[in-house]
Amino acid sequence: MLSRTAENLFWLARYVERAEYLARTIDATLRVTALPAAYIGKTNEWDSALLTAGVGPTFYEHHEEANERNVVEYLSFSDANPSSIKNCIEAARLNSRSVRTALTSEMWDTINSAWIELQGVWTKGGTGSREELAKFLRFVQETSLRFDGSAYRTMLRNDAYWFSRLGVHLERADNTARILDVKYHVLLPEEEHVGGPLDYYQWTSILRSVSATTAYHWVYRETLKPWLIADLLILNDTLPRSLASCYSNLVRNLDQIGVAYGRQGASQRHARGVRNRLEHSHMDDIFQHGVHEFIQEFIADNSRLGEIITKQYLI
Amino acid sequence: MAVAFDEMNGLGGDLRPAYEELSRWLKETPPDALEYRRQEAELLFRRIGITFAVYGDAEAQERLIPFDVIPRIMSAKEWTLLEKGLKQRVLALNLFLKDIYHGRDILRANIVPEDLIFQNPVFRPEMNGQDVPHDIYIHIAGIDIIRTDPENFIVLEDNARTPSGVSYMLENREIMMRLFPDLFARHRVAPVERYPDELLSALRSVAPHSASAEPTVALMTPGVYNSAYYEHSFLADKLGIELVEGRDLIVKNDEVFMRTTEGLKRVDVIYRRVDDDFLDPLTFRPDSALGVPGLMSAYAAGNITLANAVGTGISDDKAIYSYMPDIVKFYLSEEPILKNVQTWRCREPQDLSYVLDNLADLVVKEVHGSGGYGMLIGPAATKATIEAFRDKLKREPEGFIAQPTLALSTCPTCTDKGLAPRHVDLRPFVLTGSSHTTVVPGGLTRVALKEGSLVVNSSQGGGTKDTWILSE
Repeated sequence: MLSRTAENLFWLARYVERAEYLARTIDATLRVTALPAAYIGKTNEWDSALLTAGVGPTFYEHHEEANERNVVEYLSFSDANPSSIKNCIEAARLNSRSVRTALTSEMWDTINSAWIELQGVWTKGGTGSREELAKFLRFVQETSLRFDGSAYRTMLRNDAYWFSRLGVHLERADNTARILDVKYHVLLPEEEHVGGPLDYYQWTSILRSVSATTAYHWVYRETLKPWLIADLLILNDTLPRSLASCYSNLVRNLDQIGVAYGRQGASQRHARGVRNRLEHSHMDDIFQHGVHEFIQEFIADNSRLGEIITKQYLI
Repeated sequence: MAVAFDEMNGLGGDLRPAYEELSRWLKETPPDALEYRRQEAELLFRRIGITFAVYGDAEAQERLIPFDVIPRIMSAKEWTLLEKGLKQRVLALNLFLKDIYHGRDILRANIVPEDLIFQNPVFRPEMNGQDVPHDIYIHIAGIDIIRTDPENFIVLEDNARTPSGVSYMLENREIMMRLFPDLFARHRVAPVERYPDELLSALRSVAPHSASAEPTVALMTPGVYNSAYYEHSFLADKLGIELVEGRDLIVKNDEVFMRTTEGLKRVDVIYRRVDDDFLDPLTFRPDSALGVPGLMSAYAAGNITLANAVGTGISDDKAIYSYMPDIVKFYLSEEPILKNVQTWRCREPQDLSYVLDNLADLVVKEVHGSGGYGMLIGPAATKATIEAFRDKLKREPEGFIAQPTLALSTCPTCTDKGLAPRHVDLRPFVLTGSSHTTVVPGGLTRVALKEGSLVVNSSQGGGTKDTWILSE
C-alpha cells in the first residue's frame, strides 16, 4: 500500500485514541475535583490533567494558572492546542478524507458524523453547563468505541488494518504511561499517606481514566493499593490498556506486517525488545529502580518505536 | 426570450411519452412526501460526504451540491442518436489532436487558423511528434449538451482535459434507487453502474508497451483541498486503484514508481486529475508542489500513459469550438450529428462588430474561462456591466467568443413554490480505450435552480438531477 496511506491510517487511529484519552482525563478530573477539599488535598488537579496530556508548557504560555474552565477549554476546544479534542477530531477527519479508499464506509461514517455533530458544539464556542460537557465527553468516548468497533468488524485483515492498530496501541501505551507517571509523581512524595483516604480517590481516578476500576477488583480482589495499580497498568497483559498488552499487540501487528511483506526490520526488533523487558519485569524491581525512571524510559522507547515505524514504512 | 422547450411537456404542453409514468406518479404523490424524501436525500449526501469546495469561499469550504429528486428522463431513441453523436465527436477530437501534434493536415487545408493553435497557451509544444498509445488522447471526455427543441442535441462545450462530475452521476442514481424504489419499479431505467469497470478497462487498454501484462493504474489527485477531491477518492475506490498525490510518485530512469510500504512499485497508467500545468515542475510550472519531477521525461520515453494525454486543452478550447463542425467533416467526411451553438469569433472584425452592436442579447465568454466565471449574459446584465465588457472586448477581442442567449430546455424541479420548470444541461461521459468507445447511458444533468437562470455550474449555485435513459 502507499506509504502515505499507511501513515494516514496510523495517525488517524492515534488521533481518535488521543481524543478519547483526553475525554477520559477530563472526566476523571471532574470527578476528583467535585470531592470536598479534605478528600483531595492541596494538589491542583487541573494542573496534573495538563501534565498527563503532555501540554503543560504550551498551556502556561497562554495562561497564568490552571482551573477547570480554562483547562477544559484548552483540552477540548482550543485551536491553540494542537492536540485538543477538537483538533484531534479535525485531524482525524482530514486523515480519513485522504485515505477514504482504505477505510470502510462504517469507519468513515463514524468520523464524519462525529465531525459534523461536533461542529455544532464548536460553533457555540464550547459546552455551557456541566451537563452539556458530560454529554460531550461521553460522545467523544463513544465515537472512539464506534471507530474501534467498526475497524474491528469491517476492515480486511491486511496491512491497512495492521497499521491502524499500530497507531492505536502506540498512542494508548503513551497515554497509560503518562498518566501513571504524573499520578505517581503527584502522589508518592507523601509516602506516609499512601493508602490513606486522601489518595484513595486519586488512585480511583487513575483507574477511571483508563476505564479499569472494575478490572482492578476482578484481578486483585483487594482494596486499592498503589503498587497493585502500577502492576495492573504496567505488567498485566490481560488489561487492554496496560503497557504489556499494548506491546503484545504492537509485536503481533508488526509481525503480521513482516510476514505479509516477507521481511522483518528494525521496528519488529525494537518492539520485541520492549515487550521482553515488560515480560521479565517484576513490580518489586520496578519500585526499586524507581517507577518514574522506569516509565520515563518506557515513554522514550515507545516514541522511538514510532520513529522507527515511520522510517521503515511510512515515508 | 422565447418559451423554452420543456423535457416533460414539450413546447405546447403535451406530455412527452418518456415522462408519462413520472407524471402519473407525481399526481399520486403528496407534495410533503416529496419534500420529506428531498430532505432525506440531502442527509444522505452529507453523511456520505459528497461535497465540493468552492474556491475563495472560506465560510463554506465544503458544500453540498443541491440535489433535485425529480429525474430527467430520455427515451431510448433519443439516447441512441445522442450516443452516436457523442462517439462521432470524440473520435474527431482525438483525430484532431493527433494531427495537431503530428502532420497538421488540418492547418495546411486552412480549416483552422495556425495562430489559434500556436499562440494558444494550452497548446503543448512538448507533445510535438510524440506518439501516445493507440493514438488516444482523450480517454475520458465530458461533453456538455443542451437542447432547445425535441429534435436536436447541441454541444455547449467539450471537456477534454480533466472533466469531473461522474461521481454525481453514480451517487445520484444510488440515492434515487434508495429513496424511490417504487418509481424505479415503474420504469425500465438503463443502469449506469458499469461505468467504473468500463473506465478501468479503457485505462488498462492503453498501458505502455513496457508495462507488465497486468498494468498498474493509479489515480492522481491534487489532494484533499481540491474541489473535486471527493470524486477522486470515490473513483479510486470504485476502480480499486491507488489514489496518489504527486509526492507519492517518483521518477527513476524514466520510469514512474509509487512509494509503498513495501518499497517502490512501478506505475503504468496514471488517470490524472491534475492540470497539465502542475504535472511536472521540471517542464511546466516550476512552483508546482502537486506534480512529479521528471514525469514528462518518463512520458516522452513512453513508460507511462497519462489519461487524458497532455495537451488536450487545444481541442476543447472555446476558440477552437467554433470550428468543430468543420473538424468533424474534415476527419470523418460525415455530417456532424451534434450541432454547435452559433458562435461569433470576436477575433474576426466582422463578428466583433456584430457582437459589439448586440451585446445586450448575447452571451460573451472568455476563450480560456471555465466554470461560468468571467462571462457576460447580456439579457441579465446591467448597462454598466455591459459597458465594462465592451471595453474588455475592444481591448482584447481575441480573448472572447459570443453566442446567442439560448433558451435551454427545462425540466420540472422541486422549488419553494412546488414543482416548476428549471433550465438544465447534460454532461454525458465518453470513454475511449484501445478497442472501442463507450458512453454509459446517462450522465450528469445540471439544473439552474434559480428561476429563469441559465447558469448551471455548481460553483454558481446550480444543482444536479439523476438522468434516466429508458430501455426500449
